[in-house]
Amino acid sequence: MTTPAPRPRASSVASLLWPAALGVLAAALLLLIALPLAALFLTTSPRALLQGLRDPMVLPAVRLSLVTTTASLALVVLTGTPLAWLLSRRRGRAWRWRFLETLVQLPVVLPPAVAGVALLLAFGRRGMLGPTLATAGVGVPFTRAAVVLAQTFVAAPFYVQAALSMFKRMDPDMLLVARTLGASRPRVFFRVVLPLSRGGLAGGAALSWARALGEFGATLMFAGNLSGRTQTLPLAIYTALESDLRTAQSLSLILLAVAFALLVTIHVGARR
Amino acid sequence: MTAPALTVELTGEIGPMKLSLAMEAKGDAGPVVIVGPNGSGKTSVLLSIVGALRPRAGRIVLGGATLFDAERGVDAPVEARRIGFLTQRYALFPHLDVLGNVLFGVPAGPRPQRSQRARAALRDLGVEDLAGRRIDGLSGGEAQRVALARALAPGPGALLLDEPLASLDVGVRREVRAFLAAHLRTLGIPTVIVTHDRADAEAFAGHVLVLEQGRVVQQGTLAALRAAPATPFTRQFAAGERQDGAE
Repeated sequence: MTTPAPRPRASSVASLLWPAALGVLAAALLLLIALPLAALFLTTSPRALLQGLRDPMVLPAVRLSLVTTTASLALVVLTGTPLAWLLSRRRGRAWRWRFLETLVQLPVVLPPAVAGVALLLAFGRRGMLGPTLATAGVGVPFTRAAVVLAQTFVAAPFYVQAALSMFKRMDPDMLLVARTLGASRPRVFFRVVLPLSRGGLAGGAALSWARALGEFGATLMFAGNLSGRTQTLPLAIYTALESDLRTAQSLSLILLAVAFALLVTIHVGARR
Repeated sequence: MTAPALTVELTGEIGPMKLSLAMEAKGDAGPVVIVGPNGSGKTSVLLSIVGALRPRAGRIVLGGATLFDAERGVDAPVEARRIGFLTQRYALFPHLDVLGNVLFGVPAGPRPQRSQRARAALRDLGVEDLAGRRIDGLSGGEAQRVALARALAPGPGALLLDEPLASLDVGVRREVRAFLAAHLRTLGIPTVIVTHDRADAEAFAGHVLVLEQGRVVQQGTLAALRAAPATPFTRQFAAGERQDGAE
């Protein structure tokens, strides 16, 4: 008696097509991401690139972006670290703390245009704090301070989230033992918590800085697009598009290089 | 001069459970060994003594200094209590080497003196040769000695140990237990040990305090508990039916 040969099952066709289907779909997305980035490089020459950078709006924009993102990063770290620490210390079901945690995350998913309107309504001349600020002689909108505020608003969550996840991972026993060894709360924070969270905090700061550097929508609405005053790199790109595509392309390549370098740094840092 | 004593009277709540206990550990009288089933409040007692939990009422006095007194509103912060605390997993600082861990608790002063003191603490526990080692490379027994050296280096007035052997492999537990018991006897400071293991209670040869549902249901030597157990837990524990490894 012979055993019948196993009949090929209908699903084997699907099995054969499976790798191909996966590959085609994945490749489509990769292409969509890679093609525009490649276009940034391939449609220019080193000479055209340098020429694009000679535009008079480039240098002020670079300088302004450096100054404002440094300021907003400092602001984010200085205020975000204590906030994340406080949030991480509260345990249990207290809904207030979870509400605060969600609130801090909100700018990540909030459309930048909404952030711009919200900032105007809070700090604008006719906004909530506008009259108070005006009597104090401070006008926030359409100034460098507005640029920094907009960047801080949108970028802070990236840092706070990273810090929070590091802080929550701290072994409570270890922190308690540190105190039994005579260390005050500040000393425990600076000698145990910070050194142990360093990598995560740096990664969060890098992401946060990148987000601030790319900030466009909220800045445009809240700080305007005044060359030399509030025109950061992304706004300069936007403006250049109307006159000189090469300048827009040159600036874009700079930002792309910075973003890529930052990602590589974060990945290398995370592996150590 | 009389040996320093740690006197603890406390009442409080841990969630829904009431905690109520009075005890005294003396530097010259062997450790107080707190035993009891899981969730009986053993660790909460230690946390109250170091100052991480605040009892509702009671007093904690160490060598004449009042660390906590609910009535008089005294509540010394953790870092001022001078109580060494060895936790179950030792909680060594992973970003510091062995010597750095021990140095952490050595009071401020000239660097050579501090270093000397930290090395002396390691030497006392027979692990001076580990000084430059990373924490993640230590065996369980080594980690315990380093953690103990770290706890003792500041010269604490009392020592608390929470399940000091529970995180060790069963194979090395016996040896580490013998070493620890012998070393604790040389210290001469009030010592409180929490354990769920009869072999520990036996080795540390102290005054055993049985805690159930937050209350002391019985106390005495292990032999006395065995002779007249007051509760089923005490009977099982003293008879050794809850052996090594039983969690």
